[in-house]
Parts: sequence; structure tokens; C-alpha cells
Amino acid sequence: MRKHSVKSAAIVGASLLVLAACGSNKTEGGGTSGGSCDTSKGTLTVGVVAPLSGNLSALGIGIKQSAELAVDEANKKCTVPGFKLTVSAQDDEANPAKGAQAATKLSTDPNVVGVVGTLNSSVAQTVQPILRDKKIPQVSPANTNPSLTRGNDFLTAPKRQFDNYFRVCTTDDLQGPYAANYLVEKAGKKKIAIITDGKTYGEGLAAELSKQVTKKGGTIVGSEKVGEKDTDFSGVISKIKALGPEAVYYGGEYPVAGPLSKQMKDNGLDVPLMGGDGIYDGKFIELGGKEGDLATSVGAPTESLATAKAFVEAYKAKFGKEDYAAYGAFSYDAANAIIGGLAKTLEGGSAWDDSKRDSMLTNVGSYSGSGATGAIKFDQYGDSTNKVLTVYQVTGGKWKDVQTGEFTG
Amino acid sequence: MSVLLQQLANGVIQGALIALIALGYTMVYGIIQLINFAHGEVFMVASYGGLATFTLLPDDLKKSPAVALPLMFVGGIVVAVVVAVIMERFAYRPLRGAPRLAPLITALGVSVFLQEAVRVWYPNATSNLPYPKVFPEGNLTLGSVNIAWTGVLLVALSVGLSVILQTYINKSRMGRAMRATAQDPDTAKLMGVNPDRVIVLTFIIGAVLAGVAGVMFGGYLNNINIDMGFQNGIFAFTAAVLGGVGSIRGAVIGAFIIGLIKTLSGQYMPGGTQYDYVWIFVVLILVLVFRPQGLFGEPERVRA
Repeated sequence: MRKHSVKSAAIVGASLLVLAACGSNKTEGGGTSGGSCDTSKGTLTVGVVAPLSGNLSALGIGIKQSAELAVDEANKKCTVPGFKLTVSAQDDEANPAKGAQAATKLSTDPNVVGVVGTLNSSVAQTVQPILRDKKIPQVSPANTNPSLTRGNDFLTAPKRQFDNYFRVCTTDDLQGPYAANYLVEKAGKKKIAIITDGKTYGEGLAAELSKQVTKKGGTIVGSEKVGEKDTDFSGVISKIKALGPEAVYYGGEYPVAGPLSKQMKDNGLDVPLMGGDGIYDGKFIELGGKEGDLATSVGAPTESLATAKAFVEAYKAKFGKEDYAAYGAFSYDAANAIIGGLAKTLEGGSAWDDSKRDSMLTNVGSYSGSGATGAIKFDQYGDSTNKVLTVYQVTGGKWKDVQTGEFTG
Repeated sequence: MSVLLQQLANGVIQGALIALIALGYTMVYGIIQLINFAHGEVFMVASYGGLATFTLLPDDLKKSPAVALPLMFVGGIVVAVVVAVIMERFAYRPLRGAPRLAPLITALGVSVFLQEAVRVWYPNATSNLPYPKVFPEGNLTLGSVNIAWTGVLLVALSVGLSVILQTYINKSRMGRAMRATAQDPDTAKLMGVNPDRVIVLTFIIGAVLAGVAGVMFGGYLNNINIDMGFQNGIFAFTAAVLGGVGSIRGAVIGAFIIGLIKTLSGQYMPGGTQYDYVWIFVVLILVLVFRPQGLFGEPERVRA
């Protein structure tokens, strides 16, 4: 008997060890040496918090690698004299609790000058306060929920939430209505059904879309929720199908949206599925996204921007593939905003210490430059002044841009 | 009316998938009183096994479903059986005489181990993987009800395999040995039954069914991920408990009940699809309160 319990304890212990080994091995350094630059004052770190594993890792890895590219270039150009920059990328697994751990880890490192991230608005909610307490600037390439910068009454009484938080992409209070205008006016779909995954991002986006659809004379015929880990959506689809929608809007991300689109077709509901920037990824099509499906995303199409060309070429040269995904160019710009702010803070060759953090925040906030996604500048809430949005459609098995512009009401 | 019929069809298909997994839970429990929580992971591993088989096929075979599809089933089943046998031999057999809690915790450990092993070693398994399109496409339309052909195949396989299994256990020599071991392992041993062989066979049968389910899941839903074993394993476990753990008929009927509750409550109960899981567990709690042994289970036997 005794022998058995010892053995079982050993087995449990061994499996725990295996787990621990899997869990701890996710930190990856980035950036190469600065070549001929003077790096005598040491190394400073740009943190990245993004999902590097899990369902959304295609987006997260694009964010991480694009930030590494920006840091690499800064090292080569000696943008921050006297220092070598590195990237410390932390995996948040798209999970708010994991995001908090990642942020805590970065915030305890005195050499972390700023953080690029997060991907998910829900993760940003837990990361923001942790970084604020240490006065570490956070520049998100991808959070589109408006309440992150302007609070819950973002339309009527906007109020800055976190003085350390900035973003280089536009927000869902523009993205939702922009999609609604396209659906109702351009595509002529008056009866829209809504499905969401219940997370901060999807709920907010769908709510903004609904308001505008109604304003433009369309109707929301029904709205349902699905679980993030659900795999069989036939129940939801049958329910929605009975309401006779002309299009389905999905508030959420591609791991659910792709299979959902495929199952809609299988179950005889052959209408386009539309979503936001969370479904704008090649993986959506791979997982079942069908011809005619639509997505809005922030910014103009990366491939078509003159300012993005250099980024795409440098990315390809460094990583060999064009897998920067939906937010790569934004992440590159976010990292550059942090690096630019840092260069200004350390102007005149001063050393880095915690007393520099206040001026670092101010300098990131007042950063202005021309990046891969256009002009990079932040308004009084920390939002990007670049409000461009693009509608994409699945055509011939690929996302193709069909309309780029700003939301004008 | 047409919505009701469509939701019934959806529920039956979901139930068919759960039933294939639930059989593995209930059979193992019947023989060694172990809730094998890693069984959901056997199902998941089988799905990846089927996908790997397809990936390794030469290009011309990939294009002919008549060859590729059976090979994927074989690949998935082989992987599931190998994993289940190794699991039984190295994780559960050494604990045969241990208190019941020890193998239960080991099962949880094995479950996490398998999930992480696939995540770390299977290429690109960190995110959803698309399943190859070698399955029959299109729908069967009956009046206003639409059923994907893969769904029809899933139900046919599930019901067919359950009937074969029931017959095998009731009629064959090995089936008799299994029933004997379940009733009283010590006496069965005295009568010349080798319990280790019976137990391994039980795990193998469970793995074969999970293998079929794993490959069908990929075909029906078009993509797989490492969480699928946990999610569907919980449903299958619930189905087994609902039907009465240890009862084959119970597990299958329990699975169909769960599939139907999920789709019908999503349609008709307040809260819609957001709360469909809640109703499954409400029913489970009610059954356990008023009939703790489950719908078809026997009251707990007291062992000598």
C-alpha cells in the first residue's frame, strides 16, 4: 500500500514538473547587437505582451516580431545613444489573468522602458493598472475597445482613464458604425443577426454596430452568444436562421468565426458573415471562412500604403515570411513610439533610472512620426489620431480590400 | 415547427459524438471503477492522429477520398489505441491496488500531459488546425431540415458501433469475461479470467470508439484544437453519469439527452444559447439527487 502511494505521488509530481517546464519556457529575447553603436550604458528593454501561444498566436507572433524589427532597426541606427535595446516578449495566452502576470513580470524589471501590447481589449483591462502603478507607457497596436481610453461613457462624457496608455489603432465606436454603413448602404443588407463571444471586444463592437444599423434603417433580427471554446454551432445557427437574416455580424475573433462561417453554410444559412479586426486574418479563411465574408480592420491595407512598403520589405528580409498579420505594422509603429519617446527622454546622454519615467510618459504622449500605418500621433485620451478603417472581403480564398476611409456618420 | 425539427436533428448529431466518447468512460468505470479523465484527451489525440496520417499521405492519394478517409480512420484509431495502452500500462496498472483517489488524480495528470504534449510537439498545434476536406460535402435535406452528410455519417457510426459493442459484450467469450470481471474481479480470476487482459481490452475498445469520434469530429466541424478533448470529455463524462456509469445503454442514451438539452434549451429557454450548458448541468443535478445511480445504473455494490 505504502509503496503505491509513494509511486502515485511520484507520478503526480512528475506530471507537475512537466507542466512547470512547459510553463516557464516562454520568454524569448529579441534584437541583435547594435553593431557599431556605443552601448556603454547598458541595455534597456521594450516589453511585449501578446498571445504567443493559443488560438490567437498568429496575431500575437506578428505583434512580437514586428516590435523586434523596430528595436533591431533602432539598434542599427543608434536611435538611443549609449544603450542597446532588447525585446522581452511575454505570452498572455489571450487570457486576462495571464496578462496580469506578464505585466507584473515586466513592471518589476527596472530596465523596461515601455510595453507594446496587448492584442485583446479584455487583457488590456488587467494590464493597464499594473503598468500605470510603475509609470510604464503601454502602447497597444490592437485594442479597439473605446472604454480603455475614454471610460464607459466614451460617447457622452469621455474621460482619460490611464495616463500611461496609448494606442496606434482606431476604436470600435468608429469601427462598428463603419461596418454598419457598409452592410446597410453598400451591401444592401437590411436584416442583420448578431452573434458575440461575450468578451469585452466583441460585445463592444457589436453594440456599436447595432446602434448604427438601426439608425440607417436596418433591423437587428436577433442576437445570440456563443462560448469561446464551443465547437458545434448548429444550435445557434438554426435559431438565427429561422429569423431570416441577410447577413450575420460576429463580434469576436477568427478561431470561432471561421468554423462558424463554415457551419452556417453547412446548415443552409448561406449569407455573408461579417466581423471586425479580430477576424481579419488568413487563418479565418483556413478555418472555414467562405467567399463573400466581410471584415473591417483598422488602418489602410498594409500592402497598399507607401509608408508601409519599407516595413514589409524589412520584415520579409528579417523573418523570411510575410506573417506580420493584422497588427504587425501597428506593432512596429507602437514600438517606434516608445523608442522615439525614450530617445527624447535620454537626450543629452543622461542615464536611465526611475526618475525618468515621468518625462518618458510625456514624451511618448507627444510623440509624432510617420510610421508604417501613416501619421502616428496621440490625442488627449491616448487614442490615435489616425482614424482610417478598411473593409475587406474574402475573394478567391484571400482577403481583398474593398473600401478604405474614415467614419463620417 | 421546422425550427424544432432542425434543433432536434442538431441535438442528435451532437449526442452521437458525445456517445462515442461516453462509451469509453462508462466501460472503463464498469471494469475498474476508474473515471478515466484522460479519455477526452485520447479522443483529441486521435483527431490529430487522423490529421497527421493525411499530412503524410502522398499527394495523389490525398485527392481520392475513398482511400484517404479510411486511412485517416485507421491512423486516428491506431494513435488512440497506442496512447490508451501505454496510459493503462504505465499510469494506471501500477496503481491497481491503490486507493481510488490515486488513479483518479493520475488520470487528471495524464490528461494535462497529453494536451501539453500535443501542443508542444505537434507542428502548429498552438492554434486551431483545419481538417482536410476529404469528407462528403453537402447536405441531406428532409423538408425544411438540413443535415450535413458528415452529421448523418456520425450518427450512423455512433449507433452502429454501440449496437455492435453491446452485442459483443453480451454474446462473445471475451465479453463474458469482461462482465465477470466487472461483477467480481477476484472470483473471475479464480475462474481463469486474466484481469489484466480484460482491462487492456476495455481500454482498447474505448480508444477505438474515441478514435472514430476524433476523426469524425474533425470532418464534421472542419477544424480541431487541443481543448476539444476537455470540452467534449466533460460532456461525455456527464452523459455517462446521467445514464448510470457502467451501463453501455445508459451512456448512449445519456449522450443523446445531453445533445438534445443543449440545442433545445438554446432555442427555447430564457437566456438562449448563452446558457445552454447551464441546463445540461441542472438536469444532471436533478438526476443525481433523485436517482444517484443514474438512469440505467445499478445501485453501488458493496464489495467483499
